[in-house]
Amino acid sequence: MKNYWKIFYNGIVPGNPVFVLLLGMCATLGTTSSAYNGMMMGVATGSVLVCSNVVVSMLRKLIPDKVHIPAYIVIIATFVTMLQLAVNAWMPALNASLGIFIPLIVVNCILLGRAEAFAGRNGVVASLLDGLGCGVGYTFALVLLGATRELLGTGKIFGAIVYPEDYGMLLFVLAPGAFIALGYLIAIINKIRKTN
Amino acid sequence: MKRLASTLPNMILSLGIVTIVAGALLGAMYSATKEPIARQQDEQRQAAIKAVAPPCDNNPEADSWTTEIDGNTFTVYPAEMGGRLVGAAVKGSSMNGFSGEITVMCGFDADGTVRDYRVLSQAETPGLGARMEAWFRDPAGARSVIGRNPASYSFYVTKDKEQHGAVDGITAATISSRAFLETLRHAFEAYETYRNSGATAQNEKK
Repeated sequence: MKNYWKIFYNGIVPGNPVFVLLLGMCATLGTTSSAYNGMMMGVATGSVLVCSNVVVSMLRKLIPDKVHIPAYIVIIATFVTMLQLAVNAWMPALNASLGIFIPLIVVNCILLGRAEAFAGRNGVVASLLDGLGCGVGYTFALVLLGATRELLGTGKIFGAIVYPEDYGMLLFVLAPGAFIALGYLIAIINKIRKTN
Repeated sequence: MKRLASTLPNMILSLGIVTIVAGALLGAMYSATKEPIARQQDEQRQAAIKAVAPPCDNNPEADSWTTEIDGNTFTVYPAEMGGRLVGAAVKGSSMNGFSGEITVMCGFDADGTVRDYRVLSQAETPGLGARMEAWFRDPAGARSVIGRNPASYSFYVTKDKEQHGAVDGITAATISSRAFLETLRHAFEAYETYRNSGATAQNEKK
């Protein structure tokens, strides 16, 4: 039981995909222009991650070593495409705000990274928890980064006005701001982790 | 923990099965979502027509008329009151956005004055070009296109001096602004063409 908790917790803090492993930077930087977008991207990626982890773990003994990467990619791409269709059909508002980012989940290396490093070597329950942990960790990181950028760039958090937009630094909503904000957040988190 | 050996038949078989199952799942998902997606788009279009076209007693979608400008399709949804044309909603797009296609539903009064618009789809940069839905109706400065007539008002950004541009483009998103205004100009063109030829031809037909 304690072991399972450790697997789950590992994805959130000690092995946070964004702040510690620095995986999936492209999607992280691209989708965090606001806290809401970051949260939705995190949830979407997390749900695909859980599904792909479970399936990869179930099939781990049936897929020969030399073709495991293509097989994993097909599994991940299938889940992402299904998610995209579902969002399109039943959540039009979410589709409008995240539209192009959803297909990009396929190229997020967290998915292949976890399939390769964890799900391909561990049981179904452990892989499920690993997927959940990493999903929560990823969502947490994206919301934090999105909120920081939204606050500095437009003076809002989750669309709620904190200070007038005119004083915002537009730079933080744009790509360079993503790098700057992420850099400082990683530095702060490293400092906290070291002092603990 | 022993994996299946990497022999050729094993590899072909396992990869084949994985892809076939994936294909079947995608097919099922596609057919399950096809109808809701089409319904979503229909609803979105109907809502946009209703929002931008003048009040009318006909069914604009049943009377729609399509033309092509610069390789993009423009659909005119005419609004009639008592058999007389009172304006239209025009759906059109431009491929010249910063991130590809921009689709706009633009409403015109009978004389071509812009009533309102709805951006139906775009993939512009969040915080910049993506603000077009709010920007071009903002009364500040010369941003708003609402209440302007493309026949007498230059639907170009002020940067385009040669065209005597009169509209303030979105700050730091000139490409998106140009694509948006281009769509509106073409929508107006489509409406004009319809008004001058299509409408009369269609009315005679009735």
